[in-house]
Amino acid sequence: MKKLPPVSEISVLILALVVSGGVYLAAHLPKHTSLAPTTFTVVLSAILVLANVFLLSRIANFAWGTFFLVAKWTLLAYAIFAGALEYIFIKDGVRGNLLVLMSATIVIFAVNLPIHFGFTVARYAEK
Amino acid sequence: MAHDVSTPHAPQATEFKIVPTKAIPAVAVVYIGLIIAVASNRLWALDFFHVVGGACWTAIDLFLGFIIGPIIGRMSIPARVEFSKRFMPKMVLLMPTLVIATLAGGWQLARHEGFILASDKHHGWVVGSMIVVGVMAVVALGFLEPANIAVLFELKKERPNGQVIEKLMKRFLYTAGLTGAMQVATLIIMTRIATL
Repeated sequence: MKKLPPVSEISVLILALVVSGGVYLAAHLPKHTSLAPTTFTVVLSAILVLANVFLLSRIANFAWGTFFLVAKWTLLAYAIFAGALEYIFIKDGVRGNLLVLMSATIVIFAVNLPIHFGFTVARYAEK
Repeated sequence: MAHDVSTPHAPQATEFKIVPTKAIPAVAVVYIGLIIAVASNRLWALDFFHVVGGACWTAIDLFLGFIIGPIIGRMSIPARVEFSKRFMPKMVLLMPTLVIATLAGGWQLARHEGFILASDKHHGWVVGSMIVVGVMAVVALGFLEPANIAVLFELKKERPNGQVIEKLMKRFLYTAGLTGAMQVATLIIMTRIATL
């Protein structure tokens, strides 16, 4: 099997960052707390998602058909999941910077997983 | 490059659905019920989704991690393949549905009861449960679920690669065991919250 860039490893790191940022915020709700730790994890996660997209774009002879097949259905599934979370936060009265941060966390979560699932399946697929 | 699997134990490709589409209406019913429970903020409905979803999730993880997992680990490759083709597609729909019902119901319940307030006596245990769930989410979404889907795609191939299936199944079973062990922590936390 040919050597591929560490897309899966980066995706797991993004997942860990997103989850830890989300848990930090959720543990401090509803009182006002510093948004700095979660802002850091969100910005770092966004940079890592872009890095992953860049790494993916540089792979030659990859099973892109399988990648996009898995990624699109995963995106649909986790968009529903993310939508449910977003609805709960809005219904709970989360507003302002906190909502922006929560929404960014949810979007990164929903975008990262299709890349991760698509890559994991496509790396074993035939072109 | 496909590994040569032309051996007596080589897995054979057969038709099956990666996502059991017949079960999608049942999943939709659960999601609609969950949205109604959250929108109405009724204690019984939130408790129902949290307790039923959580009980099923915990029981399945424990059963899979400590009973089914070791049994599958001792099966021959063809037997594992046969089992996987019937078992894993069901997990693709079942587990995410149970997880979202448990977490959404639990979050709203904690909010409804004031457990998420830092001043509440349950707060520390609730934060502890969030950390446990967070670690389980990373393990499940980072390793377990992609391995599950990759195995199913491998089994759909004309000539499935036995080595790839074995490697991915091992990953699936180890991570299922790990989440099963973490569910013991969830049980301790939840029973503490209920009796504080």
